[in-house]
Amino acid sequence: MIAALKDAGFSALIAFGLFFAMVGLQTNVASNGSMELVQHWDAVAMLVGATFVGRLALVLWKARRASTAIVAQVKPSRFAGAGKFLAPVLLILAFLLPIFGSRYAIDTGILVMTYVMLGWGLNIVVGLAGLLDLGYVAFYAVGAYSYALLAQNFGLGFWTCLPLAGLLAAFWGMLLGFPVLRLRGDYLAIVTLAFGEIIRVVLINWTELTGGPNGISGIPRPTLFGLTFTAGGGEGSFSDFFGLEPSLTYRVAFLYYVIFGLALLTNWVSVRLRRLPLGRAWEALREDEIACRALGINVTVTKLTAFAIGAAFAGFAGAFFATRSAFISPESFTFIESAIVLAIVVLGGLGSQIGTALAAIVMIGGGELFRDFAEYRMLIFGVALVVVMVTRPRGLVSGRTPSVSLGKAQLIGSDMISQGHG
Amino acid sequence: MAYALQQLINGITLGMIYGLIAVGYTMVYGIIGMINFAHGDVFMIGSFLSLIAITALTAMGISSVPLMLALTLVFAAVVAGIYGWSIERIAYRPLRGSFRLAPLISAIGMSIALQNFVQVSQGARNKSMPSLIPGALKIFEQDGFVVQLTWMQIVIFVVTLTLLVIFTWLVTKTSLGRAMRACEQDMKMASLLGIDTNFTISVTFVIGAALAAVAGMMFLLYYGSIDFYIGFVAGVKAFTAAVLGGVGSLPGAVIGGLLIGLIEAFWSGYASAQYKDVAAFSVLIIVLIVMPTGLLGRADVEKV
Repeated sequence: MIAALKDAGFSALIAFGLFFAMVGLQTNVASNGSMELVQHWDAVAMLVGATFVGRLALVLWKARRASTAIVAQVKPSRFAGAGKFLAPVLLILAFLLPIFGSRYAIDTGILVMTYVMLGWGLNIVVGLAGLLDLGYVAFYAVGAYSYALLAQNFGLGFWTCLPLAGLLAAFWGMLLGFPVLRLRGDYLAIVTLAFGEIIRVVLINWTELTGGPNGISGIPRPTLFGLTFTAGGGEGSFSDFFGLEPSLTYRVAFLYYVIFGLALLTNWVSVRLRRLPLGRAWEALREDEIACRALGINVTVTKLTAFAIGAAFAGFAGAFFATRSAFISPESFTFIESAIVLAIVVLGGLGSQIGTALAAIVMIGGGELFRDFAEYRMLIFGVALVVVMVTRPRGLVSGRTPSVSLGKAQLIGSDMISQGHG
Repeated sequence: MAYALQQLINGITLGMIYGLIAVGYTMVYGIIGMINFAHGDVFMIGSFLSLIAITALTAMGISSVPLMLALTLVFAAVVAGIYGWSIERIAYRPLRGSFRLAPLISAIGMSIALQNFVQVSQGARNKSMPSLIPGALKIFEQDGFVVQLTWMQIVIFVVTLTLLVIFTWLVTKTSLGRAMRACEQDMKMASLLGIDTNFTISVTFVIGAALAAVAGMMFLLYYGSIDFYIGFVAGVKAFTAAVLGGVGSLPGAVIGGLLIGLIEAFWSGYASAQYKDVAAFSVLIIVLIVMPTGLLGRADVEKV
């Protein structure tokens, strides 16, 4: 008890060191233009007190747990086996959402679904092929700008542009892939990050083409076999054709099903690819690149296809993003987006499809809960990321079923999986 | 000629700041093999701490500039050191020995948290400050273009070089530095030989954070304007500098920082200021393709 108090007291002291200046003394521009300090000692006292109590509780709880459970058993994650029944339930819920959900719920659903799709796309690159990509948002941006520019300059529709956006993004994926073929691990991460930043800076500064920081607005909405979703109804609109009351909810629901379909496509393709020689080569590459080379796997082709296919799905998602919001600007494609998608993939448990979906629901849906505290939202997001990582470093679904096995496939515990070398 | 010389001076100043941040990256990477993604944000916090200290000291009526700078430097370095220690303790130590991506994600989370913490506690608006040391030394004049070295730039050179000398001495001559180098070579062996590896790693973070905070102070004094977002771009560029020089090599980090600063200054001066980040990042990509280990880095031999 004394030791716990001492520990908590030390933590409180550190917290005081951290917060007394940054929180207690707020710099503010005074009315005469010079800087002045506004003091917030109450906030410092609260933070220090909270640290003391929190640390004390944590230490005491840990001490209790240590005395009851002697050896922590190595067991596969609780969620690992849940995939079998959880996946169909989630699928049905997702399908029914627009029918029973409110407008706000559908909007949130679209957002979550976009991140699920991005997560599954990035999962191909990071989870399957083991290539750490911190610039994934660049391909998302390429897809979005491809659709926006093609639609504005050539008058092409969404469904024509969707495959084009995917192709262009895949092309950029290959372009990035070539120079980084020789790089591994953190070097690869930093080059992909730099690539993402280059694309963003070009989007901001190439004003003639991209509209610069003002972005592109008035991007056309998608149609359903030529039926439009205008707010007022009218000739050739969805509500007119089916004799329904014109409402914007139809458009939102339609958009929801579009991204739902795209996400399912991503899932289907990556699950299928895992069973192909190519997918097996990816997973082999993730586990050991040198062994791959020794066994005659063409590492160049394997890496490039992973980049290209992962990028293509980001391109699809980007085109959808452009058509959904009808407005895009470089602000939507910052590093933080890449970080969020990567966090979803890692928190989901690398390589796990259901885990990625769960992580997207928890992180993006959970973020929506904090919308009222807009100021603190990203702060909470960052802290939550650290806390989840520290407590569950392997992600929510950490076990893995091998994609090929002799006899019955058995779940492998997370401690048996070595990955992330590449 | 005169213009080029001026860009050279500006580039070296900028490069010194990047170099100071890059040292922190390269030390941490050398010892525990991870990208400390929150390092750029420690730099940002350091510049905010300096702003707070300078404002507070001005309010207290201290008018001697050297005394003020010295106090600010010590204050920023010490408090940022606490930040560095806490970051390692909270976000990285529990993940040591976990798979590689885990600490990186944790670091990204920490970076987001720190950025938004400063945004909430200090406000999102840009903070600016008048120059503490105005005036400049005219070097020479050519066709009406004056090449000048501001007093501020001289202060940055002197402080950076002094810190680097102290730091080099610390790493090469003291027992602490020996422990750090031992941990870098082989953590397990070092701990078997009685080195307190946890302590050594903590000290590495504290020193790295203190250097970054001094860089933040220099940044504030040089540009006179900061916001909560400066850490990201500066951090990425400093990491670029560390990679350019060869990750794990201390002189490499400083040389890489100087190169990045020069590239940026000359690119803004002669080509286009808007694309200066593109220039810096393109250099990074080219260097990694041509020599993946950087300028002074050792090749990683992989044993099977």
